[in-house]
Amino acid sequence: MSADRHPLFKPLVFVGGITFGFGLGFSHMARPEVVVNFLLFDDLGLPFVMFGAAIVSGIAFALLPRVRDAAPLTGDPYERRLKPFDRNVLVGGAVFGVGWGLSGICPGAAYASLGVGNVTILWALGGMFVGAYAQGYWRSRTGARDAAAAGAD
Amino acid sequence: MVADPVLLQAVAELFPNGISRYAVGGLLVGLGTVLIYVGTGIPAGASTFLESTLSYVSDQSRFQRYVGSRDWRVVFTAGIVLGGLAFAATFQSGLVTSPLYEPGTTGQLYEVAGVTLWTTEIQPWRLFLGGILVGVGTRVGKGCTSGHGVCGVGSASKTSLVGVATFLTVAIGTAQVVAALGVSP
Repeated sequence: MSADRHPLFKPLVFVGGITFGFGLGFSHMARPEVVVNFLLFDDLGLPFVMFGAAIVSGIAFALLPRVRDAAPLTGDPYERRLKPFDRNVLVGGAVFGVGWGLSGICPGAAYASLGVGNVTILWALGGMFVGAYAQGYWRSRTGARDAAAAGAD
Repeated sequence: MVADPVLLQAVAELFPNGISRYAVGGLLVGLGTVLIYVGTGIPAGASTFLESTLSYVSDQSRFQRYVGSRDWRVVFTAGIVLGGLAFAATFQSGLVTSPLYEPGTTGQLYEVAGVTLWTTEIQPWRLFLGGILVGVGTRVGKGCTSGHGVCGVGSASKTSLVGVATFLTVAIGTAQVVAALGVSP
């Protein structure tokens, strides 16, 4: 899957990441204070970032399948890859919400925050890896027990 | 029609930093997502990087499923960090200015080699504890503010809309409680 990828695959992902990170910097989403100020209703600008970005990506997601069948660098079809809904979306969303409300930080914004010079954000990044590892360890255990019956999602 | 000045002032108080930096930043975030999607067909989210990167150091089955995407996810994340630095070296440093960009007054600015950098005043324990919960929640909940909030909402995914509504509501409640307990910054 990864060995025979197009040579422009990673350069494109890199440029996309730079654009993404620059946008997070420009919008001040890389500043946890600004996110907390939104959650306290002191500055309601944040939805313009999330929904502005969703509108731009939404237009591309809607148009591309009509223009082309498959992406040039991977041959993957332009299709909607929808995540299945289950209780985990609510439980995980609630846990994420407590963390986001406490710290004002989410994964993408934390990476960009490091770029704008916020070395203190390493606390949050360290915490994210600890949390992601803890849930992965736990789910690998429970998954191994259930795997025989259910298979992977 | 003349706009009511009282109403205008009320709206201005809700947006003390204007809306242009948010809207322009959001368009750029969306553009980054679109660039990757156009070339690869992948709706990229930022939080899978946490699990996929752990696959380099852990052989837990939960992480091994991301071995195929872990290399490009590192590249994506390195790009995000560099994009933040590019912003710091231009607008944050005052090298480039635009009426669309409002600098803001939060946190602390400092300089390294002529580049104006910025650091948060939010306390480390909040960042660390919040980070742990974000790390657990985003992975159990199948996405974060970019995966659900940008790509999922952009795909009109019901799962993502429910995910966003859930974490937004809980985050607002949490931040209000934390502030009411007198925790600041």
